Amino acid sequence: MNFETTIGLEVHIEMKTKSKAFSPAPVKYGVEQNTNTNVVDWGFPGVLPTVNKGALEYGMRAALALNCEITKDIHFDRKNYFYPDNPKAYQITQSQTPIGRNGWLEIEVDGKKKKIGIEEMHVEEDAGKNTHSPDGYSYVDLNRQGTPLIEIVSKPDITSADEAYAYLVRLRQIIQFTGISDVKMEEGSMRADVNVSVRPIGSDKFGTKTEMKNLNSFEHVRKGTHYEAKRQQRVLLSGGKIQQETRRFDEPTGETILMRVKEGASDYRYFPEPDIPPIRISDDWIEEVRASIPEMPDKRREKYVSSWGIPEYDAGVLTQTKEMSDFFEATVAEGADAKLAANWLMGEVNAYMNANKLELLETKLTPENLAGMIKLIEDGTISSKIAKKVFKEIISNGSEPKAWVEAKGLVQLSDPAVLEPLIETVLNNNEKSIEDFKNGKGRAIGFLVGQIMKETHGKANPKIVNKLLMDSLKKR
Amino acid sequence: MAISAGEVKHVAGLAKLAFTDEELQKFTGQMDDIIGMVQQLSEVDTDGIPVTTHITDSTSVMREDIAVSGTSREELMRNVPQHQDGYIKVPAIIDESEEA
Repeated sequence: MNFETTIGLEVHIEMKTKSKAFSPAPVKYGVEQNTNTNVVDWGFPGVLPTVNKGALEYGMRAALALNCEITKDIHFDRKNYFYPDNPKAYQITQSQTPIGRNGWLEIEVDGKKKKIGIEEMHVEEDAGKNTHSPDGYSYVDLNRQGTPLIEIVSKPDITSADEAYAYLVRLRQIIQFTGISDVKMEEGSMRADVNVSVRPIGSDKFGTKTEMKNLNSFEHVRKGTHYEAKRQQRVLLSGGKIQQETRRFDEPTGETILMRVKEGASDYRYFPEPDIPPIRISDDWIEEVRASIPEMPDKRREKYVSSWGIPEYDAGVLTQTKEMSDFFEATVAEGADAKLAANWLMGEVNAYMNANKLELLETKLTPENLAGMIKLIEDGTISSKIAKKVFKEIISNGSEPKAWVEAKGLVQLSDPAVLEPLIETVLNNNEKSIEDFKNGKGRAIGFLVGQIMKETHGKANPKIVNKLLMDSLKKR
Repeated sequence: MAISAGEVKHVAGLAKLAFTDEELQKFTGQMDDIIGMVQQLSEVDTDGIPVTTHITDSTSVMREDIAVSGTSREELMRNVPQHQDGYIKVPAIIDESEEA
C-alpha cells in the first residue's frame, strides 16, 4: 500500500512591540526575572486589560504579507487553563475572529513551486516561564507573560518533510521582512507545533493525526516529520491503528516518543473576553498598515536583477535576511556600485561574520563606510590589495575609510612622475631580468613588478606600473 | 435533565473543585434549573442574526504601543506566599496546559 502524508503547522511568533499585548509593561528579553511585569500580567483582582494598538497592527502586517483577508469585526476570547506560567488561569486569544484568514505563501522544493494555504492567523498573549527544579518546586518568571504572539495555522497542503521545512524557511523570511519579529528559533521567538497524519493514496479522508509541540529548530521539524510519517505507515501496514496523541521529538535518536494520549478535544471552555469590547478595523486602517509594510523579498530580488544587474543567485542570497538586504540597499544608496557591493557583502563580509560568529549589525561595518571603500577602489585611490587591509579596519574598528587610508599613507601611487624613476632604478639593479625578458621569459615581468611593489610598500598602482614597465623595457 | 451529575463533576474538576456526593447532587439540581431558565432563549428565532459576544454597544479603545516600566518586584512579591531569588516559588505541577 502506498501512503500520502499530510502535515499541518502551527507557528507561534513573538512580536517585538514595545509594550505587552494587554498591559503597558515593557517587552524585553534577557532582563532580570519578574522585573518587566505589572499587576495586569499577574492577574491581580480588579485589573483590566487594555489592547495594544501596535500588537494588532503588527498582526495585520503579518496577515497582509501572507495574503490573508483581514477580519474587520474582531473580539478576543478567553482560553481557560490552570498552570503557574499564567496566573490569570486563562490566555486572551482570538478563537472566533482571527485577525487574518485564507492566506498563502509560495515555497519551492526541488525546483518546483507550490502554494501553501494559510487557514487563519490570530493575535494572542504568551505565557511566563516555568522552571522545574529537582527540589519539587517550580520557579516562575512572568517577564514573558503578555508578550504579543501571532499564531499562524497552515492548511493541510504540506505533504512532505521537505515541504514543511521550506514552508518554515519561507514563513520566517516573510515575517522577518515585515519587521514585526526577530523570528529566532533558538531564542524562542519562533516556535512550531507540527501535526502529521498519513492515509492510503486516493483515500478521501485524512488519517488520525499526531502532534509534536514546541519544536525549536527547522531541522527538528524536518527530521521529526519524516520519522513520524514513516512510523505511522509502519503501524498501519502491520494492521495497527494510529491514536491521537502528543509526541516529542528526541534529538539524539531522531525518533518521536509518545508523551500522552489525547482523548477528545481539549477542554478550554472558550468564551468571549468580557473585559475587552469588540474592535472594528476600518478600511483606512488596513490601508495605512499595508502602506507601512517594508518591501518584501520577492520584490527586492526582482529589482536587484532587473534594475541593478545582480545575478539571480546572488539576488537570492542578498534577500535571505532583511538585515543583509537593507544593508545592501543602503550601501548602494550611498553611491557604491551595486555589483561590487554585492560581491563584498557575499564574499569578505560573510566570511568575516562566519569567522567571528557575528551578525551583520554586530560588526562595526556601516553602509557608508563600505560604500566609501568601494568608491576608493573604483577611483583608483587604493588597490584591491590595500582594500583588504582597509576592509579589515572598517569592519573591526569602524574607521572612516578615506581618512584612515590617508592617515596610514596607503593611497595608491599612480603618478607616472613618481613611479618612473623608481622603475628605472629597479631595472638598473636587475639587468638579468631584462635579459630574461628579451629572451621571452614572461616570468621576469612578475619579478620586476614585485620589486617595484616592494619599493613602494605595495602602494603602487599595478595597472600603471605594468604599463610603465613595459614601455621602459621596450626602450632598452 | 439539561446537565448530568457527571458533567458537573467534570467541569468542577477543570476548575480544581472537589464536591462531596451531597454537594454534587445539590449543585447539579441548581445548575439544571439555571440552564433550563436560560434555555428559554432558544425559543427566540435568531436566524440571520450575528452571534452576540458582548452586550454593550461600545467598541474598544486601544492603547498606543508605549512601554511603562513594570511594577516593583518587591511590591508584587508582597502577595506571594513563597518566593526565592526573584522567582515565584510554587509546587511543581505537571504540565496540563499544553500551552504554547
